[in-house]
Amino acid sequence: MQTSTVSSAERSSQRQSLAARFAEFIDPHYVIADQETLKPYECDGLSAYCEEALIVVLPETVEQAQQVLQICHAEGVPVVARGAGTGLCAGAMPHSEGVVLSMAKFNKILEIDTQSRAARVQPGVRNLAISEAAAPVGLYYGPDPSSQIACSIGGNVAENSGGVHCLKYGLTVHNLLSVQFLTMDGELLTIGSEGLDSCGMDLMALFTGSEGLLGVVTEVRVKLLPRPERAQVVVAGFDSVTKAGDAVGEIIAQGIIPGGLEMMDGFAIQAAEAFAKAGYPLDAQALLLCEVDGTNEEVDEHIATVEALFHKLGATSVRTSQSEEERARLWAGRKSAFPAVGRISPDYYCMDGTIPRGQLSHVLLEMQKMSDHYGLRVANVFHAGDGNLHPLILFDANVPGELERTEEFGGKILELCVEVGGCITGEHGVGYEKLRQMPAQFSDAEIIQFHELKRAFDRKELLNPGKGIPTLRSCQEYRSLDMNITPNATVESQQGSQGVAHG
Amino acid sequence: MADLTSQLVDQVRSALDAGQKLRIEGGATKSFMGRTTEAEQETISLKQHSGIVSYQPIELVMTARAGTPLVELKAALEEQNQMLAFEPPVFSEASTLGGTLATNQSGPGRPWWGSVRDHVLGVRLINGKGEHLRFGGQVMKNVAGYDVSRLQAGAFGGLGVISEISLKVLPKPAVQRTLVTECTQSEALVLMNKRSGEPKPITAATWYKGRLYTRLAGAASAVEAAAKAWGGDELDDAQNFWLSLADQQHEFFTTDAPLWRMSVNSKSPAFNLAEPTLIDWGGAQRWYAGEHDWQQMVSIAKHAGGQVSLYRGGDRSAEVLHPQAEAIQKLQQRLKASFDPAGIFNPGRAYSWL
Repeated sequence: MQTSTVSSAERSSQRQSLAARFAEFIDPHYVIADQETLKPYECDGLSAYCEEALIVVLPETVEQAQQVLQICHAEGVPVVARGAGTGLCAGAMPHSEGVVLSMAKFNKILEIDTQSRAARVQPGVRNLAISEAAAPVGLYYGPDPSSQIACSIGGNVAENSGGVHCLKYGLTVHNLLSVQFLTMDGELLTIGSEGLDSCGMDLMALFTGSEGLLGVVTEVRVKLLPRPERAQVVVAGFDSVTKAGDAVGEIIAQGIIPGGLEMMDGFAIQAAEAFAKAGYPLDAQALLLCEVDGTNEEVDEHIATVEALFHKLGATSVRTSQSEEERARLWAGRKSAFPAVGRISPDYYCMDGTIPRGQLSHVLLEMQKMSDHYGLRVANVFHAGDGNLHPLILFDANVPGELERTEEFGGKILELCVEVGGCITGEHGVGYEKLRQMPAQFSDAEIIQFHELKRAFDRKELLNPGKGIPTLRSCQEYRSLDMNITPNATVESQQGSQGVAHG
Repeated sequence: MADLTSQLVDQVRSALDAGQKLRIEGGATKSFMGRTTEAEQETISLKQHSGIVSYQPIELVMTARAGTPLVELKAALEEQNQMLAFEPPVFSEASTLGGTLATNQSGPGRPWWGSVRDHVLGVRLINGKGEHLRFGGQVMKNVAGYDVSRLQAGAFGGLGVISEISLKVLPKPAVQRTLVTECTQSEALVLMNKRSGEPKPITAATWYKGRLYTRLAGAASAVEAAAKAWGGDELDDAQNFWLSLADQQHEFFTTDAPLWRMSVNSKSPAFNLAEPTLIDWGGAQRWYAGEHDWQQMVSIAKHAGGQVSLYRGGDRSAEVLHPQAEAIQKLQQRLKASFDPAGIFNPGRAYSWL
């Protein structure tokens, strides 16, 4: 990762003196400077990338976090904010010469505003804990990333997390009212309000998904939604991914926006079924899970439409959940797809591109070719409703060269996503992992604009440095090395050749 | 319809070289918004930079040049039984998409269907260096790079010339019905918030002159059941009512008096302000017409957890948007400078200090 420029004696002395300063105002138990205790903080959910932090600090009050930032700002020490560490792009990987600012102690739900349907929470509160706290008054928090049992809302804000319900209920950015955050120089700012929008440029949108590069979240006000009366899921098997893909388009064309619409390919179906015993059809080449939610009447009406449609489009099996228990079981297969694949392979690497849905067949075909080329198997899990693809590349890190081949394969998949008019990351973020693919999506001028924007928040560029946006020099290197596409060039040609013509 | 990108880029570069300030204009139907400034400005017009670039109904995505009239977008969507769910105000046939995003304009369905910024997927933008940049994309989910696209909402063009916008579009609901309930403003505020907390297909809640209008939209059976549960008189010609409200042609907006808009916590009790008043967005947006004191309005909005703007009329050489904390003000100035280092775009339009 980062190459260390200091000797180990210097590092040790810097570590000790900084730790002593933090311990003046933070419980010394929460100032971690020994190698053994630093270990669990070496990576986030993407353990392929590890780095030992200089210090990990767990403040308990905003004032303490503020002081940590002020000291680091004055001393020129990099800071990486960390939530639950469930991220999948090495966005929370420490900086070797920096401090990890863990927000784990900020775990209180401060207010559930039943009347105006909002919750005010600290950043370390788990995503699911908000919905649990709001459940007694019939409300819940919309975005539900697969890690919702563990991931924190502060991290959700940093990554603009999605989930399986975002086609209908939106991403994190659509479900926030206000954010309080600390800048790198320790200033406490509030953006947004208790109203639905604010005057002037939309700083809330800019801050959401900024991957901890612009500020450290200290408090969030989220919207809550009334829990739907009922939800039911229809699971349909198809003998080809093309047919399943067409079915997705047909549902949308019927004017139905499902609560969730997921697809799995044959390989993923088998892995998930073996793991979760959800009752999926093992002979299917593609599986669609279509969840419809709303009032009882609405669900009845839409379920009937969806079932009829699947039959008409040649589904080989159609099954609708008849109870909450059955619904949970049918989802369990999808939700455990990652660990299920993990069981049939020593390691797997999860990608996260988004494509226009119409390109699905083409992309899957191209991916199969690459899979043959690299000699690595790939299973596909797909948020079909919004075009977000999660190919899982199976590999064995103990086989020399296999991780490198996997990374290259993954990179090619993301470049393919850009080529067909999509993007390199739909919900996991760029972090450290996808820096290399950024120049496929953005030109040098755009990269420069991002860096200038960052400096408007963080003049010294100390907050999560080396993540999110690559340096200009590395962009040029990556392009000259192995990329044969010009950023966005294909979007132009796409626009000319597709869609409804307007004269 | 034409692609005038290269001319627009040239005009920005010439202005930059000449030290000339630019006033960005589409159909000029929102000229009344924002501040008036004395700075000498040349107009950069997006009016001819118009046309739908691509529209894929199955993908629920539409891309159009910033100068495309909203009426053109709505007509194209209508053919496919789809809609702009943020219900932008169409002041006239000249009103454009670019202006709608720059001024962050959304209609009565906003709390349920989302605002214009919620539907933005990507933009192309000419920055103050005359570079034509692309942010976001044409897919529903995209977290690569900072969200510069949605940042444009409400920026009044201060960060650059938006040249193209990609939007999420949605199918039109199968059925819509509007219920009318006679009640006071205070009763309406309680009822709006109560109904918004129920899992029913509510898509608008507006109060004006003693009547609460609740719009239901969705599957026929669901709308039917909700209407039965909530009761109220059926509004004839409901479609025109909501359109007149979205387009601000409703009688409340015909006033010559200064028009104030409050964006506040929906549960805030009725403000002690003289009528006429129109409550929208289920209580979260409140309109007042009349001579009011700026400081008093700011204080009321703040107390209600939100913000105020002097939407139309009044003294437009003073501030017309809710004051920002000093640190946020400085942050916005630095952000503007990062996009527009020479300060050529719409100086002073949103705030005197921006």
